[in-house]
Amino acid sequence: MIDLIYLTVLLPLLGFLFNGLVGPKIKSEKIIGIVGSGAIGLSFIIVVGAFFETLALPVDQRLNIVTLFQWIAVAGLNISFSYQVDQLSLVMSLIVTGVGFIIHVYSIGYMHGDKSFWRFFAYMNLFIFAMMNLVLADNFLLLFLGWEGVGLCSYLLIGFWYDRKFEKSTTSAAGLKAFVVNRIGDFGFLLGMFLIYSTFGTLVFTDVFSRAVSFAVPEHIFVLIAIFLFIGATGKSAQIPLLVWLPDAMAGPTPVSALIHAATMVTAGVYMVARCSIIYASAPAAMMVVAVIGVFTAFFAATIGLVQNDIKKVLAYSTVSQLGYMFLALGAGAFSAGIFHVMTHAFFKALLFLGAGSVIHSMHEQQDIRHYGGLKKYMPLTYGTFLVAAVAISGIPPLSGFFSKDEILWYSFTNLGFVFWLIGLLTAIMTAFYMFRLYFMTFEGKERFSAKGGSASGGDSHKTNPHESPKLMTIPLIVLAVLSAIGGFIGIPEIFSGDHGNLFHSWLAPVFKTAEMKLMHFGGHSHFEELLLMIISVVAAAGAIFYARYVYLKKPEVAEKTASRFKGAYNILLNKYFLDEAYDATVINPIVKGSENFLWKIADNKLIDGLINGLAKIVDKISGSIKKIQTGIAQSYALVMVLGILIALFWIIMSYS
Amino acid sequence: MQIPIEYYLILSAFMFTVGIVGVLTRRNAIVVFMCIELMLNSANLTLITYSSYLGDVAGQLFVFFVMSVAAAEAAVGLAIIIAIYRNKLTVNIDEINILKW
Repeated sequence: MIDLIYLTVLLPLLGFLFNGLVGPKIKSEKIIGIVGSGAIGLSFIIVVGAFFETLALPVDQRLNIVTLFQWIAVAGLNISFSYQVDQLSLVMSLIVTGVGFIIHVYSIGYMHGDKSFWRFFAYMNLFIFAMMNLVLADNFLLLFLGWEGVGLCSYLLIGFWYDRKFEKSTTSAAGLKAFVVNRIGDFGFLLGMFLIYSTFGTLVFTDVFSRAVSFAVPEHIFVLIAIFLFIGATGKSAQIPLLVWLPDAMAGPTPVSALIHAATMVTAGVYMVARCSIIYASAPAAMMVVAVIGVFTAFFAATIGLVQNDIKKVLAYSTVSQLGYMFLALGAGAFSAGIFHVMTHAFFKALLFLGAGSVIHSMHEQQDIRHYGGLKKYMPLTYGTFLVAAVAISGIPPLSGFFSKDEILWYSFTNLGFVFWLIGLLTAIMTAFYMFRLYFMTFEGKERFSAKGGSASGGDSHKTNPHESPKLMTIPLIVLAVLSAIGGFIGIPEIFSGDHGNLFHSWLAPVFKTAEMKLMHFGGHSHFEELLLMIISVVAAAGAIFYARYVYLKKPEVAEKTASRFKGAYNILLNKYFLDEAYDATVINPIVKGSENFLWKIADNKLIDGLINGLAKIVDKISGSIKKIQTGIAQSYALVMVLGILIALFWIIMSYS
Repeated sequence: MQIPIEYYLILSAFMFTVGIVGVLTRRNAIVVFMCIELMLNSANLTLITYSSYLGDVAGQLFVFFVMSVAAAEAAVGLAIIIAIYRNKLTVNIDEINILKW
């Protein structure tokens, strides 16, 4: 199965071609849906096969490279379409194809009746194709190909409903914003790639990483490479300062938000940093930057999430916040903990988004949680699975979020220090709070919509009539709920599992071995401390949940009072720290105004146009007076000719004599 | 007694000058055309003169060429003049000045 790994890339591509080329003609949602999800399902089976085959191999033979063909061979640069099948890429592939397959199936139900049903599945398959290239690539250039490919698909899918309004502008504007912000990050990534090539003379992962150990490279080079690559990661994974695009990306259909903007694409930055662990381990300063950016992003995004009223916006900021956690883990040198959180987050965040999609679906595209409430009895399956996901993300044992999040908190405490742990803990508390605010306002309490107005005949479309979603949508929810619940058990910390150790860590350990040897953390902390921190965070999260229950279920007026008492702070949070406005004022407006007033009106209109028009005018003037010579009377031409001949003759005769 | 070569050349030069002056000054296109023929014939005369003087027949051969080309040219030229006359109802060269800006 390892040799067949190229099929996991090829099948989604074929699905894309089929749906994109034949889709508009066949019209049948069944065929399009089966081809679209089937391609991903088959890929998933192959990845699972490759996983078990790798598992059967001895630990030191678990890195296999499958070369398809040579891509670029110029001078010293030699790049092939090769896929690296190792522990890390397998974990990522399992997430991408597995969660991807579930979301594809869900989309068949969610997108039912959409006029561009085929286009949706074509884009989704293209996305999986690009994402698989990204995670399986054995060199930086192929990774970059996938990196740009997922960016393109993200753009296409955000603007999927191009004829719909989104907030103050259009969905295409939101897509454009995502694309442009990502380009800024990609620029950093490119610079990092150039620097890698000029330093190590190759772009192939295994060579770069072995040379990073053996070559005597000054540390500041490592720091530069690491920072450049991290700029790329901040763009793709929506970290400070490039986080502004992700909330706007919610303009896309909800399965897109689940797949691309929660489970897979946005974790590409985490994967890339983890893949380059040895480079980061060689650059402690860059590690610190990663950790600081990560923890601050986690914190600030969580504070914004506290007050948002759009169900998808809350989840978007939650995603940004959880991605911050992952970078905190990477910055702390706990690479496998970061990847572990990528996995559990993919489960519960995809579930949250799909649950939100189910709610939005039944509430006729209403996304404001202030118009929800009491949905529990209308959609029991969505309610149950959403609750599982909310508990998981809040970090309550024994659900998956607890294991991955607490591991990150523990590593940030031991490797980075108390402050990081404290901010992380505060973020965890806020996460539990806003998640249950969302939950209580959606599923519990009074119904804040004009419900059930339509009688059984149900002709009145103005009345909301909540209903459970079809099976195609609820079964994926249940599968993801099971995964969210039990997904954490493969990464049980050593203090609980005893001799078995942490399965997930020992699986990934060979990938991060060199980096961890370089970092040399001294495990001077006792199990008692670990247990104590764990208890603190669980109790704090549970407290936050009960406080949210108190505020939003028992005493709804408390929330309003708090909001009006801290009106300033509330407005700042509601407007996302005015980050968009700040970027408008400092970057976008100067560029727009500068382009308009100087580049357009002066440089282009006056200078360039003036130069060209001036030249033309001069030629026109000169020729205007010269053209008079052309009288049109043939005899005057003949006269000039004769005179010329006479002069020539005269000159010849004179020169002979 | 042989006529000296200068006589022929002077006659030829005179004919050529008459032709040039005619081309430059006359208004009627037919006359201008005839003047051009005059210039051609003066050139022919020169060629024959030198041919006889140098005892080389090449010059006379050239004259035949010139005469045949002139005949063809006369046919084309007259046709053009007739065409112009049909369009403009005149063959006065100074009234035909469309070849300008």
